[in-house]
Amino acid sequence: MSVEQIAGEYNFAYLDEQTKRMIRRALLKALAIPGYQVPFASREMPMPYGWGTGGVQISAAIMVPEDRFKVIDQGADDTTNAVSIRRFFEKVAQVETTEKTAEATVIQTRHRIPERDLTEGQVLVYQVPIPEPLRFLEPSEVETRKMHALEEYGLMHVKLYEDIARHGEIATAYAYPVKVEGRYVMDPSPIPKFDNPKLEMAGIQLFGAGREQRIYALPPYCEVVSLDFEDYPFTRMRAEHCCDLCGAEDSYLDEVITDDAGGRMFVCSDTDFCGERRAAGHLGPLGVAESAA
Amino acid sequence: MTRNGAMASEALTGGFEDAPRQSARAFRAALEVMARPGEVQKLGDLGAAPAPVSPAAATLLLVLCDPETPVHLAGDHDRPEVRDWITFHCGAPLVARGEAAFGLGTWEALGDLGQYAIGTAEYPDRSATLIVDGAFAAQPVTLVGPGIKESRRAELPAVGPFQANRALFPLGLDFYFCDGATLWALPRTTRVAEGELA
Repeated sequence: MSVEQIAGEYNFAYLDEQTKRMIRRALLKALAIPGYQVPFASREMPMPYGWGTGGVQISAAIMVPEDRFKVIDQGADDTTNAVSIRRFFEKVAQVETTEKTAEATVIQTRHRIPERDLTEGQVLVYQVPIPEPLRFLEPSEVETRKMHALEEYGLMHVKLYEDIARHGEIATAYAYPVKVEGRYVMDPSPIPKFDNPKLEMAGIQLFGAGREQRIYALPPYCEVVSLDFEDYPFTRMRAEHCCDLCGAEDSYLDEVITDDAGGRMFVCSDTDFCGERRAAGHLGPLGVAESAA
Repeated sequence: MTRNGAMASEALTGGFEDAPRQSARAFRAALEVMARPGEVQKLGDLGAAPAPVSPAAATLLLVLCDPETPVHLAGDHDRPEVRDWITFHCGAPLVARGEAAFGLGTWEALGDLGQYAIGTAEYPDRSATLIVDGAFAAQPVTLVGPGIKESRRAELPAVGPFQANRALFPLGLDFYFCDGATLWALPRTTRVAEGELA
């Protein structure tokens, strides 16, 4: 069967309309109560839990035929997870897809925020594994729900304090907890804490946890504060290096092992950002000029 | 019989022809206005319900309401042809204020906001969304809060009730304002000040 024929077998964007309404209502309440985790009746998707079923369900519920859809996995457009989700929506919603952050209207992401600042028309959809920031401190859902209701977040500060006592600094490097609008403590999904300051942005941010059946959101220009202490303020963290391909000194870097003799290189985790810089003529220590490539 | 017949035909029309795509576009607008309080959008894909329901409000009902969402019809909106239309297109149960997930009516008819569900401390999402339909005696206000870069001007039918609603946060009601084909929203997080900020 051709792609068109297969596409004709599915409702637009895969989910049935009743399911979309349920997710859409949850999304609206999530925007109205920033940082609060709204329970929703997550559906089985044609991919395993852990592959972004929460994000996929949100993307399906907000997608319009005119969208240009981008998917990144750890910043990269070309990894298995990103490619398969992009192809999924090409098939079931016949939307255009893109790898360019600037051109995308909806961006689904696993564990990164694009380097380029998002604009008001853009929506960022996060895939979330464990939405509850207090889960590893308190395994009971009944208890954590009460803690959110009572704004009882002392335990989270104890955890950060223990980091300092053991390691001399707050060692949490990703999924770094934030407080939203002075009320709810929220897990920003496992983005590196380098990305935390970008959570205050012009775009709409929606978070979906499929297995855990939770949706939460940040409206644009929402106050998002990374938890810290007066004497141990929040700091961004980044490898002390520039990108070996494009030379960027302000982007988040991945370390790539290149041989079994200790060889390694650092490259931008955001492939679109790195590619744009190289196309504009920027060159890192191990980069190859476009014309020579 | 003729009465029922006339009513039935009106109740059966006014839905979407291509529900998945049209409701997707309408929802995206509803999402964006909820994310950016006070920003007005004109809906392109419209439903049509019997008067006095505006096209924008009819569209919200089509996009958001179904058998899982009890709807309260207030005042002039509570009439047989509107009830029939909602029953046919949404299948939503029609209920009193206190049980409603959605309330629909003019600002005056929606009445005492204290009678609607505002959620619970553990589930603040279990709160009503009120659809304020049609024109009202407008007061200029300034909006500040999540979704608004600095501040935004808007017009509301009152100030006090919205300030009281904000004070309930994280509990509280969320509002849509519909007039003709236009739509804007005011979630519980928005701080409302009288007049224009200096």
